[in-house]
Amino acid sequence: MAVLEAVGLTKHFLGRRGIFGGSSGTVRAVDGISFAIEGGQTLGVVGESGCGKTTTAKLVLGLEAPSGGSIRFEGHDLQALDPAGRRHYRKSVQAVFQDPYASLSPRMRIGAIIAEPLVTNESLPAEEVRNRVRKLLDLVGLPEHAAELFPHEFSGGQRQRIAIARALALSPRLVVLDEPVSALDVSIRAQVLNLLRDLQAELGLSYLFIAHDLAAVAHMSHTIVVMYLGKIVETGEARELSRAPKHPYTQALFSAALPSHPDERREEIILQGEVPSPLNPPAGCRFHPRCPHAMPRCGVEEPVLTDVEGHLVACHLFDTEACHSMRV
Amino acid sequence: MSNSILSFASSEHRRPVAAPANRPLLELRNLSTHYISAQGTRVVRAVDDVTLSIDAGKTLGIVGESGSGKSTLALTILRVLPQAAHIVGGQMLFEGEDLVQKSDAEMRQVRGKRIAMILQDPMASLNPLFTVGDQVAEPIRVHEGATRTSAWRRAIDLLKAVRIASPETRVTQYPHEMSGGMRQRIVGAIGISCEPRLLIADEPTTSLDLTIQAQYLSLLRDLQREHGLALIFITHNLGIVAKMCDQLAVMYAGRVVESGPVSRIFNVPAHPYTEALLNSIPRMGDNRKRLTAIEGQPPNLASLPRGCAFAPRCNVAFDRCRVDAPPSVDLGDGQAARCWLAVPTAAAVAAQAGAV
Repeated sequence: MAVLEAVGLTKHFLGRRGIFGGSSGTVRAVDGISFAIEGGQTLGVVGESGCGKTTTAKLVLGLEAPSGGSIRFEGHDLQALDPAGRRHYRKSVQAVFQDPYASLSPRMRIGAIIAEPLVTNESLPAEEVRNRVRKLLDLVGLPEHAAELFPHEFSGGQRQRIAIARALALSPRLVVLDEPVSALDVSIRAQVLNLLRDLQAELGLSYLFIAHDLAAVAHMSHTIVVMYLGKIVETGEARELSRAPKHPYTQALFSAALPSHPDERREEIILQGEVPSPLNPPAGCRFHPRCPHAMPRCGVEEPVLTDVEGHLVACHLFDTEACHSMRV
Repeated sequence: MSNSILSFASSEHRRPVAAPANRPLLELRNLSTHYISAQGTRVVRAVDDVTLSIDAGKTLGIVGESGSGKSTLALTILRVLPQAAHIVGGQMLFEGEDLVQKSDAEMRQVRGKRIAMILQDPMASLNPLFTVGDQVAEPIRVHEGATRTSAWRRAIDLLKAVRIASPETRVTQYPHEMSGGMRQRIVGAIGISCEPRLLIADEPTTSLDLTIQAQYLSLLRDLQREHGLALIFITHNLGIVAKMCDQLAVMYAGRVVESGPVSRIFNVPAHPYTEALLNSIPRMGDNRKRLTAIEGQPPNLASLPRGCAFAPRCNVAFDRCRVDAPPSVDLGDGQAARCWLAVPTAAAVAAQAGAV
C-alpha cells in the first residue's frame, strides 16, 4: 500500500489585492494533481520555477491546507484526522531543505538541534535522548563529539548531514527532500546522495525528492512526476521516463539537461518564450503556447493523463483518436 | 607596495614570446593572486602559479568548487580585485600586451571594450534605477563617444541581437519589469555592446531555469559565432563544459590541476581529482547505480596542507604527495596535469617524441 497518496490535490492562492481594493485573481499553484509514494521508494518531482513543486511539498508537510482534493497517509485522509492522528502524521513526515546554512539555528549546539524533535514530541529521559542523538550522528557519518559543536564549525555537506539526522530523529516514514544537494559543492553532492540512498535501504524510508537537476532526480527516483504550471504533464517509472520522455515539455526539459560527456549528442529542443504566469494560465493545454507540436485543439481543450506505453501523459498527441503519424 | 609587486612580476620572463601568427588571444603565465591581510601576516593563495591560454573565437571552461579560486582568476584578468588581493607574480598577455603592467587608466580602456564580463546574478549587475536602454547604451557612450541618440539606437539593435521581443518598448523599461532570463540577456547585450574579443561569463546560468538555460546557452553560442568572441566559462557544472567548451581547466585550491582539450580530459582524465569529479556526477542513463563520492571536504585556502592540496582526499596518494607539491606535467596534445602519478607518463611521451 502506498505510504502517501494525493488525489486531485489543489492549492489556489488568492491574488494580492490591488491598491484600490480589487482582487487580482487566483494563482492556481497546484491544480488537481494525483500521485502515490510507495513504501521504501522515491518519488521525484521535476519542473521549472512556478510549476508548483514547492507548494506540493508544503501541502505534503501540512504547512499549507489544500483548497481541494485530499492527501491520504497510510490510508487515512489528512483532513479527517483527529489531533492524535495529526501528531502521528507530523512525526511520520519530515523534511530536509535546500540551504543548510539557513535551516540550522546558529545559536544551538548540534546535539540540541538533533534532539529538539525528540524533546518536543516524546517525553524521554535525558540519557535516552543523548543516546538517540549519538546513534543519529553515527547514522549520518558524523563523529560523536559533533554534538557539542555549533553549526558554523561545519562545512555545507556536514551541515546537510546534521539536517538529515534531525529529520530522522522521530523515525519518519516519509522524508520530503526539497533540493537537498543544490547548495552543496559538486564533490560533496555524491556523498549526500549516497547517504540518502543508504538510509533509504537501511530504514525503509520513502522520499519525495524535489530538484531541478534532472540527472540527480533520475538517479534517485523510482517514479518521476513532471509538472508544468500546477499540472502533472507526465509521470512514469524513472528509467523509462528519462530514457524516452513522451510529452513535448518533458522532451524539451530532458533535452535541455546538460550532457555528462562532450561526445553525448542529443536532439536539441529549444523552447521559445518563458513559463506564463500561473495567475492567468493559458486555456486548454497550459503548455500549448510554447509547444512545438501544438494543434488548434490544444488551445481549447485540456488534455487528461492517459496511459501511453506505461507512462501517464497529458497531451493531445497521444489521444486515441489522434493519428499516430502525429507522434514525435 | 603594489608597485614593488608589479616590478617583481615584470622581471619574470620565463619563456620567449611566441610569434604573433599563432599567438593565443589571452595567455596567462605563472599568474598568482594572493589575498594579504592588512598586517601582511596572513596570506591566502587564491590563484597560484596559473598558466593557461585561450585562442580567439574559442571557449575555455574553468571548473572548480567554491573556494578553488576560479572567480578570483576572473577578477584578476579584468583587474577588478578587492583591496586585499594583489597580483603577486606572472603575466597576462592579451593580444600581446601584458595586462598586469597596465595602469588603471589603460585598464579602463580594456574593460567592457576589449574584455567584458557577465556575472551570475543579473539583478545584482543591473542598476534598478536606470532603464535597460541607458544601461546597454552606457558602454557605447563611454568607450566610443557615441551620442545619446545613436547609442540608444545601438541599444535597440543589441536587444534584438540577444533575441528580446519588441526591443523598442523594452529599452524604455526597468530591470524589475523583466523575467530572470530576459535580465540575463540584457547583461549579455551589455557584454557584447562594444564588440569585445573576450567575454568572461561567471556562472551565467546558475540562477536560470533549465529550458531558459538552454535558450541562453544557445544564444551565447550564436553570439560567439557571429562576433568571433572568445569565451571563458567559469562554472562548477561539468555539464556546461561538456556542452559548450573546447578547452577545460580544472582548479583545486588555487591551482590548475589539469588542463587540456575537453574531449580528451573527459575521456582520459590524468588527475585523480578530475577523474573523481567526473565519476561523482549522476548520469541520465545509469539510474540507481552508486555514485563514486569524493570523501572529505574541499580544503581551506588559508591553511593548505604541505605537498599536493588534494592528497588528503586522494585515494591513490603516496608519500611524496604529502611532502612535495607536484609540478605541472605536459602530457602531450595540449593536456597537462599537476600530479606525481602523471610524471612517468610524461617521461614516456617525451621519450617517444625523441625530445629527451
